[in-house]
Amino acid sequence: MKHLGKGLLKTGIIYPLSLIALLAVSVVIGGTGYAKDVELIGAGATFPYPLYSKMFDVYNKDYGVKVNYQAIGSGGGIRQLINKTVDFGGSDAIMSDKDLAEASAPVLHIPTCAGAVVPTYNLTGDPQLRFTPDVIADIFLGKITKWNDPRLSGINPGMKLPNMSITVVHRSDGSGTTFIFSDYLSKVSAEWKEKVGTGPSLNWPAGLGGKGNPGVAGLVKQTPGSIGYVELIYALQNKMPFGMVKNKKGKFIGATLASTSKAADTNLPDDMKVSLTDSDAPEGYPISGFTWILVYKEQDYAEKSEEKAKELVKLLWWMTHEGQKNAEPLEYAPLSRKAVEKAEKLVKSVTYNGKPLMK
Amino acid sequence: MLRNDADDISVELQYPMGLLRDPSKADVLSKIHARVKAGWKSGFSESSFRKILYVAGGCVLVLLLAIFLSLVIASFPAIRNFGIRFLASTTWDPIKGDFGALPFLVGTLATSFLALIISVVFSIPISIFLGEYVTRGATSTFIKSMIELLAGIPSVIYGFCGLFLLVPLIRPLEVKLGVTPYGVGIFTASLILAVMVIPYSASIGREVISLVPSDLKEAAHSLGATQFEVIRKVVLPYASSGVFAGILLSLGRALGETMAVTMVIGNSNFIPKTIFSPGNTLASVIANEFTEATGSLYLASLIKLGLVLFIVTTIINILGKLIIRRMGTGA
Repeated sequence: MKHLGKGLLKTGIIYPLSLIALLAVSVVIGGTGYAKDVELIGAGATFPYPLYSKMFDVYNKDYGVKVNYQAIGSGGGIRQLINKTVDFGGSDAIMSDKDLAEASAPVLHIPTCAGAVVPTYNLTGDPQLRFTPDVIADIFLGKITKWNDPRLSGINPGMKLPNMSITVVHRSDGSGTTFIFSDYLSKVSAEWKEKVGTGPSLNWPAGLGGKGNPGVAGLVKQTPGSIGYVELIYALQNKMPFGMVKNKKGKFIGATLASTSKAADTNLPDDMKVSLTDSDAPEGYPISGFTWILVYKEQDYAEKSEEKAKELVKLLWWMTHEGQKNAEPLEYAPLSRKAVEKAEKLVKSVTYNGKPLMK
Repeated sequence: MLRNDADDISVELQYPMGLLRDPSKADVLSKIHARVKAGWKSGFSESSFRKILYVAGGCVLVLLLAIFLSLVIASFPAIRNFGIRFLASTTWDPIKGDFGALPFLVGTLATSFLALIISVVFSIPISIFLGEYVTRGATSTFIKSMIELLAGIPSVIYGFCGLFLLVPLIRPLEVKLGVTPYGVGIFTASLILAVMVIPYSASIGREVISLVPSDLKEAAHSLGATQFEVIRKVVLPYASSGVFAGILLSLGRALGETMAVTMVIGNSNFIPKTIFSPGNTLASVIANEFTEATGSLYLASLIKLGLVLFIVTTIINILGKLIIRRMGTGA
């Protein structure tokens, strides 16, 4: 035994071992240390990430509360909320009944802003194309395969469309953008609804997949004759052309902040679990959607302190009021007056141990 | 019969009391002392060292078993729901809850084997070049380091290079061949994979080829063989099992590669019809959809894909080892 011990010392292993031991001790001490500042953790949708990132930065400067948001996708946000590892989730998709059942407690959907999903394409000359709902559905179903198909040239008189194959580009990962897009297609095409359906991850009948909004934008930009769907911001920032879409009232609308806000100006239910696609608003862009912050109605879970729950409610109030002025400079559509009223009611209904946290 | 120390000592050890009392046996006693001291010291560290080695080997086995069991347990809802027809189904529908692995399995095997074939065309000549022709000196060291550097480049970088450098080159090629110019697809993914796995087979191949005993080669030379004939008839047959082991390592790497493949394969959940079609692989699907998968069947199906990949890799490794053994004894 003596020989073994002496041999170990001789090899000098004692130095790295003691370093590791010191590190371990400091981690344990640091980990259980009392943190004075409240830190809120959220995760979810990538679509509003630029806006949330700016909002949380401003909120930290003004109120000193640190908010950490991980853009892992709407589905990931829902899953983390169900697992109670985050304080709030971010999602462009409404939680399904299955997810709500798994959550086993009521979850509030608080809207923060609205966005538009645009059909973007790669054709020489960047022509401004127009699309009708059935044409978009059939393109993404793989039924219209050439750009100079008579249905496309019919709605685009005067445009010379090339004799090229259409390459469809969709999302390879689960996403709220896909949810909004497929929700729209299910409303306007019975075949889409039956064959594919609505959801963040779909069984796409045709096309290539790109990862994230940037992935789809990148593939479309590089592949001549391709068409994909991205959030408005990505098309604008990458200077990619996108088509005008015929809305329910028969007008061809191009996606802008104004037309997205107009689409949101419809009858809103109290729980705000509403889809804005195919909206009735005459000047509204038909492929729009809210993005929500998901929180549990009853905040007394997983040993959360009342102080933390109060901070969360204050953050939600700020995001739907003063925080909204960060939306427009970043090309997001702020909430309408009606939407803010509904959001206020929802935020006020968050309770801790049965008592509402905000009067 | 020659008597030796051992015999002396063992006989005397049977009668220890007599030995202790007999002063004439002092030299045997000191020999026993020395022997026991030496045996004690080397025996102790011998056995403890062996124990440590066994524990280390055992840990690896336990870890492997744990990985396999955790995959099986986590994918249980999918196993119960789909069973073996998971491997034959081509549907991947998260909305309807119907999942199947066939397109991804085909994609994984197609890209890996195609990548292997392309890489072997480069790695075997490289190993022969470095093992036989330019074996020492600055050029040799330089080329060896460059090849090892290839292995060190992160796979995400390979993915970026593939997406921004290779895809725009493949597209005009596809136009010329008259296929839909996606740019991405099985062929592009295989090319990237081939470059990634060259270092593994090249390094091992070079080592094994340089270890071929020089007296074998000199014997062949003295019989009048040219260098090419020596390589073909002496060096390569001798080193064949080692070279093949290197190739097997490359294949293992190619089967599991995720990030580089997912950027250039097109992510299309269909069985690829031609070499230029887009497709998808097991690892790529898992990487893309795992963080977003809501619903226990969806998650379990993704983990089942991982289980399929694990089993496929194990089977290929076992087959490879059998081939190596056959080559070793046959040669």
